[in-house]
Formats: sequence, structure tokens, C-alpha cells
Amino acid sequence: MLLLSFVFLIVRVLPGDPVLLHFEKAASPETIESMRVRLGLDKPLLNQYFDYFLGLLHGDLGKSMQDFSPVGQQIFSAFPATLELAIFSMIIAAGLGIVLGIRSSKSYNSFQDHAIRMFGTVMYAIPIFFLGMLFQMVFGVGLHWFPTGGRIYPGMDPDGLSLGNIQFSTGLYTVDSLLEGDLLKFAQSLRYLFLPSLTLGLVLCGVFIRMTRSNMLEILRLDFVTAAKARGLKERTVLYSYAFRNAFLPVLTMMGLQFAVLLGGAILTETTFSWPGLGRYLVDRINFRDYTAIQGDIVFFGLLVALVSLVVDILYAYLDPRIRL
Amino acid sequence: MTEIDQTIYKRLTPSLKSLTQRGLAGWMVIAGCIIVLSIVIMTILSPWITPYDPSALNVGPLRTPPSMQFPLGTNHLGQDMLSRILSGGGNMLLVALLSVTICLLIGVPIGLVASYIGGAVDKILSLIMDSIYAFPGLVLAIVIAAMLGRGVVNMALSIAVVYVPSYFRIVRSHVLTIKELPYTQAARAIGAKGYTIVLSYILPNLIPSIVSVATINFADAILTAAGLTFVGLGLEKDIPDWGWDLTDGRMLLPSGAWWVITFPGIMIVLLALGFTLIGEGLSDLLNPRLDH
Amino acid sequence: MSLLNVESLTVDYQTRAGRVRAVDVVSFVIEKGETVGLVGESGSGKSTLGHSIVRLIPPPGIVKNGKIWIEGKNILNITEEEMRSIRGSKVGYIFQDPTTSLNPVKNVGDHFIELIQQHQPKCSNEEALNQTRKIFQDVGILPERINDYPHQFSGGMRQRIMIGLATALNPDIVIADEPTTALDVIIQAKILDLLLELRQKHRMALILITHDLGIIFENCERIIVMYAGKFVEYANSIELHRRPLHPYTKGLLQTIPNIELADQKLESISGSPPDMLNLPNGCPFWPRCPKVMKVCKRKEPEITQVRKNHGVRCFLYGGK
Repeated sequence: MLLLSFVFLIVRVLPGDPVLLHFEKAASPETIESMRVRLGLDKPLLNQYFDYFLGLLHGDLGKSMQDFSPVGQQIFSAFPATLELAIFSMIIAAGLGIVLGIRSSKSYNSFQDHAIRMFGTVMYAIPIFFLGMLFQMVFGVGLHWFPTGGRIYPGMDPDGLSLGNIQFSTGLYTVDSLLEGDLLKFAQSLRYLFLPSLTLGLVLCGVFIRMTRSNMLEILRLDFVTAAKARGLKERTVLYSYAFRNAFLPVLTMMGLQFAVLLGGAILTETTFSWPGLGRYLVDRINFRDYTAIQGDIVFFGLLVALVSLVVDILYAYLDPRIRL
Repeated sequence: MTEIDQTIYKRLTPSLKSLTQRGLAGWMVIAGCIIVLSIVIMTILSPWITPYDPSALNVGPLRTPPSMQFPLGTNHLGQDMLSRILSGGGNMLLVALLSVTICLLIGVPIGLVASYIGGAVDKILSLIMDSIYAFPGLVLAIVIAAMLGRGVVNMALSIAVVYVPSYFRIVRSHVLTIKELPYTQAARAIGAKGYTIVLSYILPNLIPSIVSVATINFADAILTAAGLTFVGLGLEKDIPDWGWDLTDGRMLLPSGAWWVITFPGIMIVLLALGFTLIGEGLSDLLNPRLDH
Repeated sequence: MSLLNVESLTVDYQTRAGRVRAVDVVSFVIEKGETVGLVGESGSGKSTLGHSIVRLIPPPGIVKNGKIWIEGKNILNITEEEMRSIRGSKVGYIFQDPTTSLNPVKNVGDHFIELIQQHQPKCSNEEALNQTRKIFQDVGILPERINDYPHQFSGGMRQRIMIGLATALNPDIVIADEPTTALDVIIQAKILDLLLELRQKHRMALILITHDLGIIFENCERIIVMYAGKFVEYANSIELHRRPLHPYTKGLLQTIPNIELADQKLESISGSPPDMLNLPNGCPFWPRCPKVMKVCKRKEPEITQVRKNHGVRCFLYGGK
């Protein structure tokens, strides 16, 4: 709630009348004024504030300055692309990060441990778009294994499930192509998805490595782990069922927190790979100085982050027996 | 000074020798410092050591791969990449320095005041800071930069806004702990004024953590600055800048001109890595966790 | 062939500050069904000795020397896999702090089922569950609580669960490392009773590690006194009580409050526990010894067999 107000404030209160900024060069006062009216920007600030919130409840995120079409629509159509990218990147980041973090903790202070930690640190220091471009160069242009941009081969967009007249699609190409039963589309959508999510995932996995490792190290020294070993339980069991299950919860919270970072990184990744998601939308709108659209986009980002935090909190409460009971 | 302050200062000013004895963390700090210092020196010396003027166009044929004459190749404007690499770090360093300074000047005092005074002030400020903190950093920076326009100061400001909450939080958490410690209460009992307590009791204990946060902040600032440049919100184009090289170099990718983006990219990585190493090494040293 | 034979065991901890010899050339033998008490201050090495028997010495500790024979097999030489099968099934371990010894995210029934099934892979869920119920009865926990989580039990009950886990597979040896230190006195008694009851029932040998002399005398047939990593005296408990020989043992006995001597001053042993990084020359106890002699500061005494089954490490009784 506060977040949204804050966002609104930023876009509004910052120096520069958004409309004026939009028309960077001189435009006639009439043009400026008419734009204001069309966008409802001529009303007093407080009115605008309330109007905006009311509109939000209806899913109305304002109108684009460029063509006055509803921003909400544009955002909703770009959202699934970002969602898909985010999901796969998170899978890579968390999956890789957790596995490496566990291995690292298991062989504490060994060469493997240091190497893994270094890997995580270095990865984080790489600008996302640089890594993306490197991948594009090597795997796309050089080896031709993966495409360098776009979401799927033109014309191949999956349609999702069709039951008679009803069409059901999630907007996630991987899921939709499976729903359609078209394995070729599925394979292709994965192919296009691979490099972008690998890029984003690798850069973020460092955080997971670090957190998993430190949690595991803490827990591995606890009594119940030694007690489990003293009962002759298998190492695998001790590591996963005892140590990791207890270390996992903070990692889950971290996944939620990292989602915000993920969204930020998505902007760069989408731009690099021409991935038609919210990030690229934002960058486009910036280039067009379409401030209402920018505002709508930011608000949407904020909502997303808040939603994810909520989900993580609920999951956490569910998974920790101490809270549940 | 109290005993605790002295211990902190002892820790804070390790001699080079003692750093090497502190195991991996010490080496990390040393390595990081070497990297950062080298780059800083290189940047400072650049006006004298660049073989060509980094901004001059057409000093050589366009898009040539690395060769004897142009060890790092030339870009699409015929500029010498080596010269650009040598002098391209200046902007980033400047922006990073500026934003960290702003953060320190704003974040730390606000944190101190808010947590020491407590009450409504604390609650409101915490709420604001938490909101900023929870929001995707890069997104926020991009939006603010978009509003403010180009320029070093604007970039620094947008980055600073994103990271002020980190300082606020760490200052606040320390202050809240120290505020309740017996020796602080004892000081209050003998009538020490508020700001005395803050300055001589609380602040010295915060310094290690602040330094640690600041160095990592440096690294983040550099990466964020690069990101801002990439989406077109950076500085004016005629100043040599690694970020710009990366952005421009994108166009040359399909033609296979790998050298235009690779070298600037590596430099950014090195710079960010340098600061990260210092930051992580420092935080390991100052918070020994897992020693047997 | 004895059940447990520890032969010249030496365990070091290699720390940044230096090397700590936690167990210094220790040898002893335990037969089937015996109860042995291992008593000493914190840092005397008794816990490390216990950990060594199940090969779970925490890093940076390592076994420098010696052999540990369990039923004729030197467990220091076997593979981790073989050791794993010994732990829990042949040797049970009870830890000191029941609040931290159980997995918070697993219910207590699962602790047992997992234990049973990992050691007896052919055992079905049904059988394991039945066995678990029986064990619950033996240790005095309501079977309905099988699906409850550790945090829902009190400290005393959790220790019962621990005891149940340690004895579930009828091990031949049970090592109890300060099993009652974290519990209050009334519960202490109950827990010890349970322990002994189970021991009796399953004919297990019990090694009771503690610093509490009162518990030792009540429950053990033999007693070994440790100081600074070495054995300084050992004897049957009655013998030790009647005729303590080593000044340290005498000191310990004097510290037990005796209600009949209520108006006498409470004694304590002067000085403080030894700094294991900087042990003095000669007998490590000499700085605190009321009977110290010149030779004590120069040389370390050896063990002298004063009587059958009663040995002491002190120059007062030989020790050359």
C-alpha cells in the first residue's frame, strides 16, 4: 500500500512535469494542455491520487502517452513473458545455488569449497548484459546452438489448450505448447528460453550459494546432526533430511527476496535478448518518454513483489512445524 | 575511549603483515585492494599513457581485430580500444564514489537519529526505508534516472536512493542493540547527553559494519551504473566509458567483432570484483563466524 | 574377548592457538553388561573419549594414536560404511542436551521409523511402527504422541525419546554423555532409573560420562576418574568411596555435600582447571595438589596397581 503511494509520489513529484518531459522539445501550449486533459493530469494532485487508486482496483493502470491505449493491457500481455523468464531463471539460480552450496558446506575449507565460493562471487560481479552478450556471441553467433533473441520462431507461438470454442492459455510458451501437445513448439520455446534464463540464473546463483552454504555450516554443527550420525543414519539422510530440511526455510525466504532482484535483472536480460517482457517494455517506454506507462509498469512491479512476499510468508508458515502447530 | 572502541580500532587498522596472517579473508582484502588501486591508478594516469586519444575518431580503420598497432582492436567509429579501456573507468568510479558518499551522508545520520529517538519518527522512517529496500533496485534506479535525466550527479543520486536503506538498516540494527547494553545505560545514568552517547559510544562500533556495507555498495553501484548506461540513461556519449563501449558494442556482435565488448566487460567485472573481494574479506575478518 | 577394549588412545585437537591433547594414552576394557562411570571436570577429556568410541570426534580433533576394539574389531581401521552400521545398532549414544538433539522438522515417530528402517532395510513400515510403539511404552511415552514434534515435549520427555532412540536396536554398549546435566533434579532421578531399567532388561554395558559424583556412585559398578586427558584413578565404586587414593579423587569426594555434616564448611579443590594449551611440567595436577612433592613437578607418574582392580596415577603410591 505504502509502496504504491511511494511509487506514485516518485513519478509525480519528481522535478519535471511528466507531460512537459514527454514533449521534450517545444510543443504548442494547446497540445500540451490537451494531452493533460486526455490523461486526466490537469486535475489537482490529490484527485489524481484517488482516481489512480480507484482505477487500480479495476485493473486500470492509466493510458499510454504515446497512443493513449490502456497501459494495463500492454502490461498484461507482456507479463507472461517475464513470468516465464523469471521462473526458469529462479529454477536455475536456486537449483544450482543450493546444490553447490550444499557441496561447498560438506567439504568445508577444502579447495572445492573455495572454488565454489569464488565462482559465486565472480558471477555476481559480472554485469548481466555482458554475460548475456558473451553467451550470444559464443553460443549464438559462434556455435549457432541457440538463438540470440526473441521468444520463439515467428509464427510458432503456442495457442494453449482448445476445448471446443474455449481457448485456455497461460501465456507461458512452455506450458502452452505442452497443453497443445506440440512437442516441437515445446522444444523450440525451451531453446529460446535457455540463454536468457541461464544468464539471469547464473548471475543470481551466487547469492544462493552463499546463503545455503552458511546455513548448512551452521546447522551441521548442531547437536541433532551429530545425534543423527551417532545413530548410524546414512550420510545422505543426515545431509538432506536433517541438515538441509532445516537450512531450507531461510533459503525459501531468500528466494522471495531475490525475486525483486530478479525483476531488476530481467530488465537487462530482456533488453539484451529482445525478450518481449515487462522489462523491455519499460525500456521502450523510457525511450518514448511515456511517463504514464512507466508509472503503470512500476506500479505493477511493486504489486508483483508484494504478492510474491505474501506467498513466501504463507509457504514459510506452512512448512515450519513450529509455527504451524 | 572505551575498551570496545579500542578493540574495534585495532581490528580496523591491521597492518599488511597481519592481513596476510588472517587466512583467506585477509588475502581477499589484499587482492581486492590491489585490483581496485591498479584500476584507479590506471585511470588517473590515462591522459599520459594512452597511445591515442580515446575520443578521437578514425585513428585507425574501423572494426579491426586486435593487432600490433591496436592491441585491443578498434570499434565501429575507428577509436582505439586500448585507449578507451585505459581511460574508461573514470566515470564509473566517479559515479560510484559519489553515490556511496551520498548514502553515507544521508543514510547513516538518518539511521542514527531514527533508531536513537525511536517512536513515531523511527516507525515512519523504517516504513519508508523498508519500502524502498523491498523494491527491485535496478527498476527504481532506472525510473529515477529517467526522471532526472543524464549526468554524473543524476546517476549517482538514483543509485544512492536505492542503497540508502541498506545503510539505514544496518545502522539501525546496531544502534538498537547497543542502546540497550549496560554500558550505554550507565552513560545515560551519569547524565551524558544524547549526541555524546551517539558519537562516542555507538558510532565507533558501527564503523566496521558500515565500511563493509560501503565497499559492497561500491561494487553494486558500479554494476548499477553499467546497467543504467545500458538502457540509455548514462552519461553523454563523448566521454570514454566502459559502459558505453558495452552498449555500443552490441551492434557489432552479429558481425563477430568480439573485442569491442569483451575488454570493457572484463574491466567492469574486475572493478566490481575488486570491491566485492574487499567487502567480503572485510566482513569475514570483522565478524569471525566459524572459527573452531 | 572383551566387549570394548580401548588401547593407548590419544586424541588431539589442532587449533589455531595450538595443540590440545584431549585424551592422552588412555586404555581400558569393558565387558558385557558392566556399568562404568567416567568422571571428571569439563575439559578432562571424558566427552572426547566417548565421541572416539563412535568415531564422531568433531573437527579439528583427530585420533593420533591407539586402537579401539569392539568385539575384536579395531573400529579405527574400518570404513565409514562399516562404522555407520555399528553406530546405533551396536553402540548407542545419548547426548547431553535434549532440546537440541532431535530434528525439529521431523515428528518423533519418524525418528524411530527412520532409525529402524535404515538399519533393517527389509523392515516394513508396519513393523517399524509397531516396534516404535513398543519402545514408546518402554520409555514411558504415550503412543498417541507418535506424530508429535520434538518441540511439543518437555525436556525430560525428550531425553526419554533420546534414550529410546539410543537403545531401540538393543546395542551392546550405551554411552550416556552427561544425560541429566540439562535436566532438573527430580527428572534427573527418573531418567537415570529409566536408563538403568533398560540396561538391565537388555543386558547392555553402560558408560556413564558425567561430572556429578553423586550420580556416579549411585549407578555405576566401576568408576574411572579423568584429569587433563589421563586416567588418574580407577576402582570399583564401593572401593573408591571407602578408600580414595588420588588427591584429586579425595578432593572430589569432599565436594559432595553431606547432610550429616551440615555445619561443616563446604570444601572445594583449590586452583582452577588446567589450561590444556599450557600444561605444567610433571603431573598436571600438582598446582592444585595439597600433597605435592618435588618429584611431581618434574616427572609424570605412571599408573600403579595398588590393589586388585584399583589403580592410581600418583607418586604418593609409587608411580615410577
